[in-house]
Amino acid sequence: RPDDYVLTSYRDHGHALVMGTSPDEVMAELFGRAGGCSAGKGGSMHLFDADKHFLGGHGIVGGQIPLATGVAFATKYRGTDQATLVFFGEAAVNQGAFHESLNMAQLWKLPCVYICENNQYGMGTSLKRAMSLSDVSQKACGYGMESEFVDGMDVLAVRAAVGRAVERARKEYLPSLIEIRTYRFMGHSMSDPGHYRTRAEIERYQERDPIKVFGDSLRRKGVLDDEGLKQIEARVREEVERSVQFADSSPEPAPEELFTDIYANPIQRQ
Amino acid sequence: MAVITMREALNQAMREEMRRDEGVFLMGEEVAAYQGAYKVSKGLLEEFGDKRVVDSPITELGFAGLGVGAAMVGLRPIIEFMTFNFSILATDQIINSAAKMRYMSGGQFKIPIVFRGPNGSAFQVSSQHSQALESWYAHFPGLKVVMPSTPADAKGLLKSAIRDDDPVIFLEQERMYGNKGEVPDGEDFLVPLGRADVKREGTDCTVVARSLAVPLALKAAEELEKQGVSVEVIDPRTIRPLDIETIVNSVKKTNRLVVAEESHAFCGVGAEISAQVMERAFDYLDAPVKRLSGADAPMPYAKNLERLALPDAERIIEAVREVAYLE
Repeated sequence: RPDDYVLTSYRDHGHALVMGTSPDEVMAELFGRAGGCSAGKGGSMHLFDADKHFLGGHGIVGGQIPLATGVAFATKYRGTDQATLVFFGEAAVNQGAFHESLNMAQLWKLPCVYICENNQYGMGTSLKRAMSLSDVSQKACGYGMESEFVDGMDVLAVRAAVGRAVERARKEYLPSLIEIRTYRFMGHSMSDPGHYRTRAEIERYQERDPIKVFGDSLRRKGVLDDEGLKQIEARVREEVERSVQFADSSPEPAPEELFTDIYANPIQRQ
Repeated sequence: MAVITMREALNQAMREEMRRDEGVFLMGEEVAAYQGAYKVSKGLLEEFGDKRVVDSPITELGFAGLGVGAAMVGLRPIIEFMTFNFSILATDQIINSAAKMRYMSGGQFKIPIVFRGPNGSAFQVSSQHSQALESWYAHFPGLKVVMPSTPADAKGLLKSAIRDDDPVIFLEQERMYGNKGEVPDGEDFLVPLGRADVKREGTDCTVVARSLAVPLALKAAEELEKQGVSVEVIDPRTIRPLDIETIVNSVKKTNRLVVAEESHAFCGVGAEISAQVMERAFDYLDAPVKRLSGADAPMPYAKNLERLALPDAERIIEAVREVAYLE
């Protein structure tokens, strides 16, 4: 629902687009331009769109989890039935912020859906080398919270699981933890040498690319034919190209912007 | 004007602002059923209920972040740290989230949150419970840092902090909770953030003091008057943004400056004030600026050592006599 809230980590481009932030503004933000959704001050890791209830892109691993818990606290405080969804990687599960938040959310019955996008690597360290109990969905047991494990390569399964958790949040003010098992095809960042995993492993997962698998299933069910899929791809490519043009033509932030937006109530002196 | 304690003044400020605005809530350890570890929140649970006066688990990072999230969507949280020593666990959310959210979102969010609680030394509680952390928080653009020294300032500044749309670090002092003073009547009594107060006028030397050091400086000034030295005592009250103009104007009049503070000297607020006065009033100074700070050592437990680690009126007197070349 448009009045629900979403927060995520620094891997935030997709979430912003899904929440309705225009691709033009997202691309301009990546370019560090004044027309970006954070006015060029946040960049790739800090996309924000308050109007669309997209409360950011946060750069400290797990930092968004207590924030989302607070947003859920506020919606319950006001007595609305809005849900708050927060996304984080599996590496964030080792942070205290995750555990402190789950404890408070279950204790106070806050309508927050905690969604772990488990891509099995925290930068270059595999889950197995970083987590004593690597079954993330089980972490909810320690807090008496409902949880679910779902195959992240299956678009409809993810949609159904998140839907159930959102309903629980709306109707019962109860939090949930969902582990979505997926995989990161690209490097952690542009400077990732990739020595920590094999090409074969990546290729094995690429065969299960959720975009490809979902496309195949739509085709099998006769919802879309090859022509329809091609049209979607062409439309996306066109949109990306248009957004690059927009970003290119958007001006850099004015020098005086360095000192704006630090305070909402700057102290005025005579 | 009623004479009340600092503790009562802070309590009144929260009570009045919670009555005024439904969005204000108090969260922290032992703030509700226990009535506050230092009784600052006494009676608030009874009046406002457990929806607005919330006992939190001992989970400082968690509830600090929860407060920032609630502020992002328009509530006005007061987050109490039982002492600011424990805020160290929450610095990620205070510095990385609260201080920067507005900026890195291009001005889309206001973060109207107050983090408050006692800062600095208490009574023989040793190293981990006696730290004065104002220079940490004052370092960061995006935060406002407030340190009252009288019940009237405590009430007026806390009310302003709660109404302010930016994150405010509000630093109280456990040793001062029982201090009494006159507080103006009326729910509209506010003290503006960012303005220093001249606590005592004088002509021979300026002493800038904050929090615990203010009553010490006033006591020193009284004694020095008997010795024929006229001291001006300035309390900045807000550390960030600092009202440096009031300090510089005073130095231009007295030509001498002593900064008295409870915190460590190294990279401290006194160092900042000294540097800014040098930049703006170097030609007016008749003596080097003198800092009188807490000892450059972790706080010891033993009573005699604790006394040695903190500034006192006697040493402020010595410092003033030194910059006035009377020693």
